[in-house]
Amino acid sequence: MRPYQPEPAGLYVHIPFCIRKCPYCDFYSITDLSFKHAFINALMREMQMEAGFFQKTRFFFDTLYIGGGTPSVFDAEDIGQIIETARNAFPILPDAEITIEVNPGTVTPEKLRGYYRAGVSRINIGVQSFQEENLRFLGRIHSAEEAHLAIQWARKAGFDNIGLDFIYGLPGQTELSWIPDLERAVESEPAHLSCYMLTYEEGTAMDKDRRKGCFVPLSEGRVADLFQTTVDFLSKQGYAQYEISNFARSGPERSRHNQKYWQDVPYLGFGPSAHSYVSPCRYWNHRSVKKYLSDIGAGRFPIAEKEILTREQQITEAIYLGLRTTDGIDIEKFDEKFGVSFHEMFGEMTDCFEENGLIKTDEKRCALTRRGMLFLDSVVSALV
Amino acid sequence: MENIRNFSIIAHIDHGKSTLSDRLIQTTDIVSDRDFQDQILDSMDIERERGITIKSQTVCLPYTAKDGQTYFLNLIDTPGHVDFSYEVSRALASCEGALLLVDASQGVEAQTLANLYLALEHDLEIIPVINKIDLPSADIERVKNQIEDDLGLDPETAILVSAKEGTGIEDVLEGVVTHLPPPVGDTEAPLKALIFDSHYDPFRGTVVHFRVYQGKIKAGDSICFMSNNATYKVEEVGIFQIVRVPQKTLSAGQVGYMIAGIKTVSDTRCGDTITLKKQKCDTPMPGFMETKPVVFSSIYPVASDGYEDLVTALEKLKLNDASLIYEKDTSAALGFGFRCGFLGLLHLEVVQERLEREYDLSLILTAPSVQYEIVLNDGSLLIIDNPALYPDPTMISLTKEPFIRAAIIIPDHYMGAVMKLCLDRRGINRNYQYLTNNRLEMIFELPLAEVVYDFYDKLKSVTQGYGSFDYEIIDYRETDLVKLDILINGERVDALSQLVHRDRSVERARHACEKLREEIPRQMFKIAIQGAIGGKIIARKTVSPFRKDVTAKCYGGDISRKRKLLEKQRKGKKRMKMVGKIMIPQSAFLSVLKTDKD
Repeated sequence: MRPYQPEPAGLYVHIPFCIRKCPYCDFYSITDLSFKHAFINALMREMQMEAGFFQKTRFFFDTLYIGGGTPSVFDAEDIGQIIETARNAFPILPDAEITIEVNPGTVTPEKLRGYYRAGVSRINIGVQSFQEENLRFLGRIHSAEEAHLAIQWARKAGFDNIGLDFIYGLPGQTELSWIPDLERAVESEPAHLSCYMLTYEEGTAMDKDRRKGCFVPLSEGRVADLFQTTVDFLSKQGYAQYEISNFARSGPERSRHNQKYWQDVPYLGFGPSAHSYVSPCRYWNHRSVKKYLSDIGAGRFPIAEKEILTREQQITEAIYLGLRTTDGIDIEKFDEKFGVSFHEMFGEMTDCFEENGLIKTDEKRCALTRRGMLFLDSVVSALV
Repeated sequence: MENIRNFSIIAHIDHGKSTLSDRLIQTTDIVSDRDFQDQILDSMDIERERGITIKSQTVCLPYTAKDGQTYFLNLIDTPGHVDFSYEVSRALASCEGALLLVDASQGVEAQTLANLYLALEHDLEIIPVINKIDLPSADIERVKNQIEDDLGLDPETAILVSAKEGTGIEDVLEGVVTHLPPPVGDTEAPLKALIFDSHYDPFRGTVVHFRVYQGKIKAGDSICFMSNNATYKVEEVGIFQIVRVPQKTLSAGQVGYMIAGIKTVSDTRCGDTITLKKQKCDTPMPGFMETKPVVFSSIYPVASDGYEDLVTALEKLKLNDASLIYEKDTSAALGFGFRCGFLGLLHLEVVQERLEREYDLSLILTAPSVQYEIVLNDGSLLIIDNPALYPDPTMISLTKEPFIRAAIIIPDHYMGAVMKLCLDRRGINRNYQYLTNNRLEMIFELPLAEVVYDFYDKLKSVTQGYGSFDYEIIDYRETDLVKLDILINGERVDALSQLVHRDRSVERARHACEKLREEIPRQMFKIAIQGAIGGKIIARKTVSPFRKDVTAKCYGGDISRKRKLLEKQRKGKKRMKMVGKIMIPQSAFLSVLKTDKD
C-alpha cells in the first residue's frame, strides 16, 4: 500500500454561546450560558472520539480556529483546555495558527493575557464599527471605546497577529460615514481586516425588520460603491484584498485557516453546527446544543447530515470558492484534480467575461477583477 | 334490439357527469369494487385532475330491469367542453336518448342549454336528472322550475339523484329502460355505421368507436369509409365493458368498436360512415364535417436538443387526437418547433399539459392566434394564423377576422360587469332574455381573437364563477389588424409577436412588456423591453441591472448552501432561452399569454 504523504488540514471549534444574539447574525448560538460547562466536556469528548476514528497519518494540522458564537464567553482556562485536548488528539504543528474570535464586550486584559499564555497566536476582534449609532443598529453589546480598549489590551497581552471585523453597507451609510471607521481601523495597525457587506440573512431578526419596513436598506448601487471604496482605501493603506471580504498586510498575515475553505483543503469541525470537509465528503453537526450534548453523551457522533460530492459538485465548488479569492482558481491544480482542461471547459465563457472586464485569466490562474468581484454570483452561475 | 338502449349524459361542466357514470357502472357490476377507481371513464390524469372529460369513452352496461328482462345499456360518454362540440354532436347522433344532468344547486347553465339544443336536433328523448340533491345548497324546486321554463321539459319526469352518495341510481337505470326508445334499423340492409370516436392502442392500432344503424359487421368483413373510400379488413369487433370484449358480430342498434389495422386515429374521421366495400349503403349518415382548428400557436422545446423529443411526442399524441394538426415552424429566437392548430384554448392547454407531463418536455408556446383572411392589393386572398407570415402592411387591402356568437348565462346582477367585459372585447350585444326571473341569457357577437386570449378566465372572475358560456363561429368580418412586435435590447423576438386589433395594441404591448419585466431576471446589464408596431415603439419597460451580486461571507457552513443554490439556478437555466445575450425564462414567454389576476 502506498503510504500517504500527510496533507495539511484545519481544525475548527464552534462555541455556540453569546451574551446576546446580534440581529443580523445567522451563525448558530444560544444565550443560555448554563450549558457552558457541559458543552466544554462534550466538546473535548467529541475531539477524542474523532481522534480515535480518523487516520492520523493522513493529515497534519497547521491551524486551529475557535469561532462562534462568542468564544470569549469562556475564560482562559477553558480555552487552554480546548487547545490542549486538541493537541493531544491531533497532530498539530508547534507553530500552528491558533485563532480565537472575541467580542470586545467580553474581554479583560487578564482574559487576553490568559488566551496568549494558553497558546492562542492570533486574535480576531469583532469590532463591526467604531460608531455608537452603528453598533446600536447592529445590536452589539459593546461600545466603540470598548473596542479600542480590546485592541490595545490584545496588543499588550502579546498578540501581534490581530484581525478586526467590520460591517458596512448599513442603512443611510455613505462613503463619508464609512471611511472614518476604516481610518480608525488602520490606525490601530491590525495585521488583518475583514469587511463584510451587511447581508440580510433569511430568518434573522434584522431581516424580519427589513421586511416589515422598519428601515430602508442601503441601495445595491450604494453598497457596490462602498465595496470599491473599501478595496481602494485599504489597498492604499497597505492592506491587500485576498478574498471578497478579507484584507491582509502581507501574505503570511492572511488568515491561514480561512483560506482552507476556499482552497479545497480539508478541515474537521467540532461543536454544534460545525462543518467538516474531507474531499469528497462534507458533514455537519446538529444545530442544537441539546442534541449535540445528548449525542455525545450517548457516545454518538453528533452528525446531522453528510454529503458526498459528485465530481460535478466538486467542480462547482472549486469554481465558486476559487473565484472568491484574488489568487483565483489554480488552473494546474484544477486540471490535475478533475482530469480535464479548465480552459477547454470554460474558456468560451471566461473569454466573454474577460472582454467585459470581469475576469482575468492566464495560463496558471483565473480570477475575478475588482469589478468582477461584485458580480461573483452571476459570473459563477453563468459558468457552472 | 328491443333490449338495447343507447344514451348519453349531457351536462354543464362540473355538474357530476363523470360521477354519475361511475355509479351506473358500479351498479351494473361490470367492474369489481376492488378495481374501481373514481371517474373510471376519465382515464387521463388531466381529466381526473381537472374533472373534465376530454376523450370520451363508451361502456355497455348489462342491466336486469324490474320487468325481469336483461337490457344492454350503452352509455356513450361525451366530452364536456365547448371546444369539442362537434364530437359531442356525433356522440349524440349515436343515441336515442339522453340524460340531461342538472346540478341541484347551480341549476341550468349555458352548456346545459347548448347541449339540450344539440340533443333535440338529433330528436333524442330527454330525461332530466337533478344531481347533487345531497348538498345543503340544493334547491330542487327552483331547478324544477328552470327545467320547465328554460328547457321546456316536464319537471315531473325529473329523476332526483345524488351520484356521490349513490341515491337514485336504480331510478336512472329504470328510467333509461322505460322512457328511452330502443333503437330501430334493418339488420339485413347493407352496413351503415357512424364513427363517433376513435382511440389508439399501441398494440392494435386505431380502435374505432361506432354505432351500427343498419346491417351487420363482423371480423373478416372488408369495410369502407364513405368520406374517403379508404378500405380496411376488419380484424375484430366487440363491445366496451371498460375492457374490450370481442363479439362475433355487431348489428343494427348496437354500439361497439372495430379494429381493422388502421395505423393512426387521423385515418378515421369522427362523423364518417362505415359501410361494406362490396355492398355499400345508399347514403352516408348526415352531418359529417371535417373538424377545423380555430386556435393556432407555435410550440418550441426549451432545450435546443429537445426538438427530436417533441417530434416523437407530437407524433404519438396525434395517434390519439385527430383534431390536433401541426406543421414545422422555425423561429430565430427559439429554433425549430411546430405550428399547431387546436379546436380551442382548452384543447391547446390539454395538448400542452400532455406533452409536458406524459413526454416530460419543457415547452414554450407562442401567443394563440385565430385565422385571419387577408385580401392583398392584387386581390389575392391570404389565410394567416402565424404572425411570422404577416405580410407587409402596405400590401394589404383588407383584413377579416372570425366572429363568434356567444351565449352567456348569468344571474342578472352580473349583467353590467358582463356587458362591460364583452364591450371591452369589441363585442356587440345582440339580444338578452330572462330565462327565469333572475337568470339572464345574453347573446353577444365577439371576435374569436378576443375570446381565445383570456375571455373565459375573465368571465369567471367578473361573475364569481356563476357565468357560463358557449359559442359557435358565425362569420368573418372586416377588422383593423396590426402586428405587435416585442423587442428585447433592440432585438425583435419573433416568438413574442402577436396579431392584435389596433385599438387593443397599446394595452397588449404594455401588458406584454410589464409581464416580461417581471419574469426576466436581472442581469449584469440593463435590459430594455419594447413593444412596437412596425418601427413605432408603443410601450417600454426596463429591467435594471445588478449593481452587485455577490455573497459577502462564505466559510465552512455556507458552502453547501451556496452550492445548492447554484444547482437550483442551473436547473432553472434549463428552462431558459438565450435571446442575444439575454436569458429569457420559459415562464416569461408564458406570462405574456396570461392575464392579470385582478
